[in-house]
Amino acid sequence: MTPRLLYPDRDFDWRWALQAATVRAGLRAGHHTAPPPGFDPSAGLPPNVDDLVQDLGLLPLLEAMAGEDDLVFEVSRRLLLEGTSADPAVVAHRQAVLADCLDNPDAVLELYGVSLEAADKLKGRYLGVLARYPDWVLRESVGTLAALLGSLRRLKSAADRHAPRFHSEGWRRLFAALHRDLEDSYLGEMQHHLDALRLPHGHLWSARLGPANKPTDLLLHPPPEGPRSWLERWKAWFRRGQDAYTFELSPRDEAGVKALEALRDRALASAATAVGQAADHVRDFFSCLRAELAFYVGGLRLHTQLRRRGFPTCLPSVHPAGYNLSARGLYDPVLALATDRTVVPNDLEANGKRLVLITGPNSGGKTTFLRSVGIAWLMAQAGLFVPAQSFAVSVCDGVLTHFKREEDPRLESGKFVEELRRMRTLVDLATARSVFLCNESFSATHEREGSEIACQVLDALTEAGVRVFFVTHFFELADRFRARRSGSVLFLRAERDAQGRRTYRMVEAEPLPTSHAEDVYQRVFGTGAVSGVGARSG
Amino acid sequence: MDEVSSLLFASGQPPALRERPPACLRDLELDRVVEAIVADRGEYGLEPVFYTPLRDSDTVSFRQEVFRDFREPRVSDAVRAFASALRAVRAHLRRADKAYSTLEKDRWFLDAAHLYVQAVLALLEGLSSCPLHSRGLVRFRDLLAAYAASPAFRSLAEAAESLQAELSSLRFAVLVQGLRVTVRPYRGEPDHAEVVRSTFERFRQAHGTPYAFEFRHSAELNHVEAQILEGVSRLNPDLFFRVADFRRTCGGLPARWIDAFDREAQFYLGYLDFLAPLEAAGLPFCLPTLRADNSEAFAQGCFDLALAAKLVAHGRVPVLNDFLFRSPERALVVTGPNQGGKTTFARAVGQVFYLASLGCPVPGRQAALPVPDHVLTHFPRGEYTLDLHGKLEDDLLRIREILQVATPKSVVIVNEILSSTALRDARTLSRRLLGRLLEIGGLCVWVTFLDELASLNEKTVSLVATVPPGQPEGRTFRVLRRPADGRAYAEALAQRYRLTYHDVRQRFVP
Repeated sequence: MTPRLLYPDRDFDWRWALQAATVRAGLRAGHHTAPPPGFDPSAGLPPNVDDLVQDLGLLPLLEAMAGEDDLVFEVSRRLLLEGTSADPAVVAHRQAVLADCLDNPDAVLELYGVSLEAADKLKGRYLGVLARYPDWVLRESVGTLAALLGSLRRLKSAADRHAPRFHSEGWRRLFAALHRDLEDSYLGEMQHHLDALRLPHGHLWSARLGPANKPTDLLLHPPPEGPRSWLERWKAWFRRGQDAYTFELSPRDEAGVKALEALRDRALASAATAVGQAADHVRDFFSCLRAELAFYVGGLRLHTQLRRRGFPTCLPSVHPAGYNLSARGLYDPVLALATDRTVVPNDLEANGKRLVLITGPNSGGKTTFLRSVGIAWLMAQAGLFVPAQSFAVSVCDGVLTHFKREEDPRLESGKFVEELRRMRTLVDLATARSVFLCNESFSATHEREGSEIACQVLDALTEAGVRVFFVTHFFELADRFRARRSGSVLFLRAERDAQGRRTYRMVEAEPLPTSHAEDVYQRVFGTGAVSGVGARSG
Repeated sequence: MDEVSSLLFASGQPPALRERPPACLRDLELDRVVEAIVADRGEYGLEPVFYTPLRDSDTVSFRQEVFRDFREPRVSDAVRAFASALRAVRAHLRRADKAYSTLEKDRWFLDAAHLYVQAVLALLEGLSSCPLHSRGLVRFRDLLAAYAASPAFRSLAEAAESLQAELSSLRFAVLVQGLRVTVRPYRGEPDHAEVVRSTFERFRQAHGTPYAFEFRHSAELNHVEAQILEGVSRLNPDLFFRVADFRRTCGGLPARWIDAFDREAQFYLGYLDFLAPLEAAGLPFCLPTLRADNSEAFAQGCFDLALAAKLVAHGRVPVLNDFLFRSPERALVVTGPNQGGKTTFARAVGQVFYLASLGCPVPGRQAALPVPDHVLTHFPRGEYTLDLHGKLEDDLLRIREILQVATPKSVVIVNEILSSTALRDARTLSRRLLGRLLEIGGLCVWVTFLDELASLNEKTVSLVATVPPGQPEGRTFRVLRRPADGRAYAEALAQRYRLTYHDVRQRFVP
């Protein structure tokens, strides 16, 4: 029994998600809790995850999806950033599940509620170190299964009620499994066995002599029956043969009682494991269901907010291969949620392009545009809807961002070196199917040097098949590519209208030389001097 | 029998092993290497072997042969398994000594004998399953084969085997009702856990974590177990009598010469275990070719073993360097920027000679060298309590010691001597000291900041810790033969950060 709402053929790493949510809840509440043992905060996330979150401004987006729900936050963060789910089959699976969710939001929230309630019942039912003792495991597992019996029944009833309105394979398989595995007679049978395993009338085990003559390979045999009959039965049984050796412990012999219990534990181990694993499974099932539903709950929440503000969304078409990329009405959802001003949507037609060179004036919307491309790409690959009227894209192996860093004073001395180092790190992470989003890369040095290095990097990347979006104010660089007239390069320019005002629209246009720096120089110094030496003397 | 079967010495009386490390060990940072090697082999007391370099090339070859054999995984695996089996045997015998009841003593001893027999046979099989070439291991294998075929060993083996089998096939039942415990024969009752498992099968996970139940485990029987055992023995009196008889009639084990082999083998295995992660990281090791004199000595692709261990633990590898002494060259004079890898280089050279004289594989792809009579080192000491005058005096005292001991067969490593002395004095003194070393005729590595030492005479070779062209702040950690000039060359930043067209393109070449 497994939800399979996120992957057609495997479970989500829900353990990680629950731990991550616990850690985040602790941080938000302001107490410093030690991370759970074995928890890797960066599991499944690409090495450049911090850059991605910062450069694309993903935090507000995730917060919009999550609200106060840490699990939704962490699940969404992981899936959005995972980068490895560039598997069109997974994307299709999620899109279908998501479409059902968008059609039946209340049913989805009800199921999520059942999973939350189950989690609530299990609070404090954590075995921890006691998981080392078979009798504890047996006792606790019986308790856990009893506690979850109600949730299982409610889940089954909700599933049976809602099933007809869900059409995706993911949902239908889940509902069918619940219907099949949770029939009432089975749940009753389960209860019966749990009662018998309390061993109220003593127990019988057998063993062999292991190394050092210690009892080994203990087997539990069917327990003696109820109080009336057992006396008779066992008396009779033992009267049959004289080949028995009996001794009795003194009630004050605590060590002896412990030793006897230790042997019993070993005889119980196998049965305890079976019941324990069953309890684990049911608990894990609810946890997994909760974590997987969390993603769609986040999607629903984001969807509602964007729609309420009148922004369109669509399920993108995700191609398994090639260089498809086209969008209509693409916008940055973070900006859309954060501002009351109009958000300018952009159209993009970049099919077959490997390099998109974006030039134009400062504050012209270049960075926002770059972000909207990155966010839409990540959302599309996560199986979510995208902030656009239409969006079609070929999957990538990961989005790599290289944005100008201005705010870190520690890097002042070696800013350019830092840029180079960071780029090299990204190159090492990249595959031929990666996407680079570069925002004024190599601008920490002068234009000539920056252009030279950028040109070499861009040539090498695009020839390898990597797709690159490159925002730059280096005319020399842009002009080099313009002069080549290559069909795989798209030039976009942040538009200015006739009055020189910015429209925040990216239009297909070749780069323009500017005399911007010269203007500033002239304005400040007011002389004809164009060199640094002239500036000092002037 | 001990000397004859030694795995460390070819023949005759082995030399006395040194209990304390030679002075050079710490300078070469081999002390840390030795520490790591013996860390979980304390019981074998291997340090003295590492503290006693060999001076005759025959014994060095003898050990090199054994190392070569141990490179064959079937050989080393067999000996490794044997070592761990012997550890268990010893532990069992200790238990037999300590056990309270006779029933327990008998069983501990039987188990020990059984393990021992299996260990000996497995080792013999392992050593016979592949060709051995070393004198040491061939000799040992032949002895072992004769031992295993002896009537005494064979009857021991048979008795242990059959008693074990009988004991372990005996199943008995225990009924517990409150405090009352009844031991009786097992009558084929079904496994109830199986019934439970099938009921809960539906909820079993493919990858369900198995419960790691913790059973308070003591090797001794507690009194309840002892009483149960008493019951079992009363139900099977004949079997338990024969087990007792086995202990009474069996002699002491294991044989002493087998213990000795076990210990000496750890020298090889410990060293190879230390190399394993480094080799996995791609670092080369080789057994050096031994030369009769020092007219030529070289190693290609060598590195500092201690540094390498540290780097590899952090997922990195050191830069590899070469060195070559070819007559008349006797001294490698190393210059270059700080933190450029000079000390590491000097250490690496010293290590190659020291490790070679233990008979061990040395860092490097290929090496040929004479077995030195001494590796003498002079490295700056950590403590700075001495004033400058005291420090100079200390330096000179230490170098005097070295000059007194050194012979034409010695290797001397001098690192940054006189570095706190006035430049003119340092220059004069250094020339004089290096000159004297060259007169003695041993091999020498001299790390210095004095460029002019590099061209003292035809016996000196200049090596420079290089910097990347145009990047005076960069370090390559490559130490190359070239004139000492202290200058660097210009090159594009992109090259330094591997962001040229070629570098980036290379990244995507399948």
